Amino acid sequence: MSLAEKYPKEVKQILAKYPPEHKRSAVMPLLYLAQREDGYITKEAMQDIADALEISVTDVGSVVGFYTLYHDKKEGKYRMQVCTDLPCALRGADQFMESLCSNLGIKVGETTADGLVTLEAVTCLAACDRAPMFQIQSGDGLKYYEDMNVDKTMELIEALRKAESNS
Amino acid sequence: MTKQVTLTIDGKQVTVPDGMLVVDAAKEAGIDIPVFCYHPKMEPVGMCRMCLVEIGRPVMDRTTGKPILDDKGEPKLQFLPKLETACTNPVSEGMVVYTQSEKAEAGQKSTIEFLLTSHPLDCPICDKGGECPLQNLTMAYGPGKSRFLFDEKMHLAKMVPLGELIYLDQERCIQCARCIRFQDEVAGDAVLGFDERGRSTQIVSLSDPGFDSVFSGNTTDICPVGALTTADFRFGARPWELSSSASICSQCPVGCNITFNTRREAMSDGKIVIKRVMPRQNEEVNEIWMCDKGRFAYHYAESEKRLSKPLIRKDGKLSRASWDAATQAAGEAIAKAKKDLVVLASGRLSNEDLFNLKSFADQVEGKAVLYTHMGGGDLVSLVGVGQGTNFGAMGAGTTIVVVASDLYEEAPVWYLRVKQAVQRGAALIVANPRETKLDRYASFVIRYSYGDEVRTVHDLTKKGKVGDAFAKAENAVILFGSDGLGLDGSTALATACARALNDTEHAGKPNNGLIGVWQRANDQGAWEIGFRPEENLVGALKGKTVYVVGADPAGDDPALVRALHGTEFVIAQDLFETETAKLADVVLPAQAYTEREGTFTSGERRVQRFYPAVPALDGTRPDFAITSQVARQASVILEGTSASVVFDILAEDIKSFAGLNYAKLAEVKPQRPIVGRGDLYYGGTTYENKFGLGVQLSSAADRSEKFTLPRVQKVEELRPKEKKLLAVPVTKLYDRGVTVESAKLLNQRIGEAFVALHPSAAEQLGVEAGERVKLSLDGVSEDVVVKIDETISTGVVLVPRSMGLPISAPAEASLKAAKKVSVRA
Amino acid sequence: MLMTHILLRHRDIPDINKLNVYKSNGGFEAFKKVVTKMKPGEVTDAVKASGLRGRGGAGFPTGVKWSFIDNKIWPHYVVANADESEPGTFKDREIMESNPFQFLEGVAIASYAVGANAAYVYLRGEFWQVAKFLDEKIAEMGEAGVLGENLFGTDYSLHIYTHLGAGAYICGEETAMLESIEGKRGTPRIRPPFPAVYGLYGKPTVVNNVETLTNLPMILANGADWYKNMGTPDSAGVKVFSLSGRVRKPGNYELPFGTTFRQLIYEHGGGVQEGRPVKAIMPAGASSSFIAADEKVLDTQMDYAAVRTLGADLGSASVIVIDDTVSMDWVINKTIHFFKHESCGKCTPCREGTYWMMHLIEDIRDGGHSTDNVDLLLNVAKQMQNKCLCPLGEFSTMAVVTGIERFAQDFTK
Repeated sequence: MSLAEKYPKEVKQILAKYPPEHKRSAVMPLLYLAQREDGYITKEAMQDIADALEISVTDVGSVVGFYTLYHDKKEGKYRMQVCTDLPCALRGADQFMESLCSNLGIKVGETTADGLVTLEAVTCLAACDRAPMFQIQSGDGLKYYEDMNVDKTMELIEALRKAESNS
Repeated sequence: MTKQVTLTIDGKQVTVPDGMLVVDAAKEAGIDIPVFCYHPKMEPVGMCRMCLVEIGRPVMDRTTGKPILDDKGEPKLQFLPKLETACTNPVSEGMVVYTQSEKAEAGQKSTIEFLLTSHPLDCPICDKGGECPLQNLTMAYGPGKSRFLFDEKMHLAKMVPLGELIYLDQERCIQCARCIRFQDEVAGDAVLGFDERGRSTQIVSLSDPGFDSVFSGNTTDICPVGALTTADFRFGARPWELSSSASICSQCPVGCNITFNTRREAMSDGKIVIKRVMPRQNEEVNEIWMCDKGRFAYHYAESEKRLSKPLIRKDGKLSRASWDAATQAAGEAIAKAKKDLVVLASGRLSNEDLFNLKSFADQVEGKAVLYTHMGGGDLVSLVGVGQGTNFGAMGAGTTIVVVASDLYEEAPVWYLRVKQAVQRGAALIVANPRETKLDRYASFVIRYSYGDEVRTVHDLTKKGKVGDAFAKAENAVILFGSDGLGLDGSTALATACARALNDTEHAGKPNNGLIGVWQRANDQGAWEIGFRPEENLVGALKGKTVYVVGADPAGDDPALVRALHGTEFVIAQDLFETETAKLADVVLPAQAYTEREGTFTSGERRVQRFYPAVPALDGTRPDFAITSQVARQASVILEGTSASVVFDILAEDIKSFAGLNYAKLAEVKPQRPIVGRGDLYYGGTTYENKFGLGVQLSSAADRSEKFTLPRVQKVEELRPKEKKLLAVPVTKLYDRGVTVESAKLLNQRIGEAFVALHPSAAEQLGVEAGERVKLSLDGVSEDVVVKIDETISTGVVLVPRSMGLPISAPAEASLKAAKKVSVRA
Repeated sequence: MLMTHILLRHRDIPDINKLNVYKSNGGFEAFKKVVTKMKPGEVTDAVKASGLRGRGGAGFPTGVKWSFIDNKIWPHYVVANADESEPGTFKDREIMESNPFQFLEGVAIASYAVGANAAYVYLRGEFWQVAKFLDEKIAEMGEAGVLGENLFGTDYSLHIYTHLGAGAYICGEETAMLESIEGKRGTPRIRPPFPAVYGLYGKPTVVNNVETLTNLPMILANGADWYKNMGTPDSAGVKVFSLSGRVRKPGNYELPFGTTFRQLIYEHGGGVQEGRPVKAIMPAGASSSFIAADEKVLDTQMDYAAVRTLGADLGSASVIVIDDTVSMDWVINKTIHFFKHESCGKCTPCREGTYWMMHLIEDIRDGGHSTDNVDLLLNVAKQMQNKCLCPLGEFSTMAVVTGIERFAQDFTK
């Protein structure tokens, strides 16, 4: 099923933002849409977007490859992206990350055994005054978690896990 | 004329057109500024930072608009604190450029050092070694020593197929994007891109099939390192071991100028063989490009199956004979036949071969028949594009019409040239019964039904948007083909086109007139020399003595097999033991065009020379010489000792060739842009043209001769009828022609024989794309694969030519769904 | 200290992110005034007169930037740069989350001034929620009749759209941002031509930072002189300083230009953690040169010109405070990794140089600080300078060069 069939309203809204002769502009929002369900973008979805925007599938893939928030592989349902950049690191982000790793029993870049959380180190998220902090990226968007500590984070993961097993 | 600007580069004054880039202006002054990403055929991007120079601009007085002078009375110059890229800065009046100052050289040196931090040290095994810009520029501009730790070099995949034709070595790539930009800007097939970013940036192709473009080989020419190589030449030879011979591509009527690179090698029993085909610059023909068919379909001449001994039929069997015996047998048969001789030859042959054949036929009062399914070349001789025509000069004010042709498949470099002309402002009208790739560049797309070609062209002269775009254009060119047409239909179409051009005064001047999109390289030459096709070929052969040269009628059509059986005597002259040769009485082994010299006349009627590239296969002779030998046995004297003398006689005899000779055809003049191989400055590995740009023939209209164009003949072309299927022939680039099939590399692209149907026609048959159907056509049944084309009408089925299906003209056909095999678990 | 805020007005007026509250506090009056009573050129002149300079980092006079727009080519576009990705910068997010209408009104005023009928707000991908929030606010403005067709009974029409990035620092560079909106990889274009001539879709375009735009309604409402009277002669008005690093109270502080580092760090930021001394200041986030802190430095008034005398740029005024517990080799290891990760790969010096610097700093930190490697790192960074296609490549060298030159002792352990 194509994106236009699955999300007719959203696709229409997205296309309306840009001049019709420049519909290629819609590639980024459409990629987010394609990522909504499984958290990553398949080659078929790229082809679908390419056809809709009359560009080549390579052009679409090239955009996916450039931006870090697009993924072409399945990973954990929730990508926990911890900022370890300079300002956060000056406020203990590295130590926070280390204890998260040992609590979760995974290394940076790995996914928990149940496929729930992938732990990633990312560059500045513009929340330098509220470190340690991270964002969680999942199919339906991004959410910031600021002024965090390990206990609060583990509680959050537990809550996500519960919600997951209930659904 | 564009404004001229004078500037100083490294102390040298140079005057160039306004708007020229500093890098090109320097080249004009004989100064090489090193580049990697810049290429004169593409928009500058300023990525690689190799061409860093110091640029000073005169400081202008805002009130007077004049330069402010310093104490010495010289204009005061302002230099930016940063070095600037010579490839992105246009020249301006009074500019002063330093390309070799300490600062500029430090900049260039640093770029080389940065590039080499990631580049592997595998020059000794790299295909580019010896003709590599990175290697050369490292020698000329590099620091001589790397400070980067070898252990920390990135290690990446070294053999990534971007498709089956082109391989990527990720370690060697310097991310200059020339290949991506070529595919995007020049070829219009945006099938390459960058994946990832930063130091992880890599070239990818996600198309299916990979690197889906018929221009892919060009990227290996312009790649400034050994990152892109062809599957054909990869590890094939070192460039410095190669000899080069100028030639002309024989795959289509464009006449791309090429160079054959050859080498003697042990692998081929010590023979000298062609290792690769490279483009040769001719800005009026192919610029510096060529298509993949031309680049890869050259192996046929090396085939084991080549004929190397004449054959004579004895006791019903062909057996080896001497040249004397075979030519004597052939000559005697022709002497006996006289006016019952039919020479059946194709545009695969050179002008010299065709001329000798035509002279021979004339002298015995026989017939010279062109073996083709497409007519109208005689009209092209009348109103063909005027002398001085150059697609490269077409832009605003020119209208290009393409009718009944799929240029991307039939003449790829014309596709590319038409596309560039459109991008420079030319108007394009594409009239075709089905969608073709060129449609996307068209100002007007006319979708007519098969059978309506003539009316469609006629409408171009009527008032209206499309009509005005054609009739009122300053210049107009029509390219006509034979999509869905046989000989009759294409002749009628050509006549309509010729009349339309003539009526609107678009003939007899440069960038105006008619071009035939022929199937063979020298079809137009055959027409010029006087060969004509035969409407009823089967009838024309009956009871005759037939001298078939460079054609295989028996291989193409079962009806012609029967016709050849009904002849008196058959002489076949070819490279291979074709189906026609198998039923001939005498078979004469010819040389491949790569083994001898000669000339072809392109679709734009440019006569161009090709030169011998490899020694001839033992036992073979050039076609013109064989013909002269056979003629002598029939007591007809023809020149046979050298191609150039045959050409001299031809030029005396054929009006449009008047005044031409081999020396004239070999003349060259400076071409822009300068893409010299010598310094590998920026053109890539394309060859400079040192062996001739060729000469465009004049048309009758050019010569202001009086002529009357024939009326358009009513054609009984078949049209789709209710409840019946009309099979129409279409041309694919990669088909089962003997030249393509011998190139193993292209086999995947050829694919299986197929038919294309409208979706609802497929639905009625109960078949889907990719399934098989049984096609019955001309009494022959074949299993073929179904393709879907939404743009054709339901009553039509497209049948590809040269794919083993007997289709030379529209014909009724029937389709049956092949029985589905059900598998039980 | 300011009594009331000009930009962070939500700190004075609760719920100013609600349309009715914003309106009842004079919201959209400035926009209405310019559309109904002023010519576009007059708006530009007023902004020129106010002395407003771009808040994204370069500090280029905003009105002058607008006046470069090419009036021979149409249509025109305005793009609001909400890509905020510089480590240490977090001001635009607060403005958009808490005072969205003032920002959007600023976009509207800029659009009117340059004759744009469409404006795009380019947000970094991580601002997903902010984008959703702005979309709601834009819709509310449409319903309230301050966006859309024939505004205030004139023939001026304006639509504002959000465009979400997807994780790329480089898209904060204006031409990379335009590429990204066009649906391409966010790599910078060569300049010239500048966006004012060849911008979005090849049309004249003005790109302004969120904070810059948020100033506009107040400038147009209160007049250029009112604004110019704040700040310093070099740098008019107020600035949101993002304070981070080893301070007790990190956060955004809206203060007039001319506030000293000492006032920012000690009065507003509560001083350094554990009472340690300030060792170094990065006034413009990770792309800063380091300022070695001393008493004189701390008493320097922050404006574009004064900070330059300290061998650094004020940039986006994202002040990262480093104390004496931190070694500079550790700091530049962080900045190099950041720039290596964010290099777009288009130009050679940045693509290869950041990668090379990363190896060198890792070797230096692992291998006992050999002088050879430190010298080489300094040399590589300098070799990159003035050769890159866009400022990002240059930025990546600032901390490296000034770190090694100004804190040599941290590299000789």
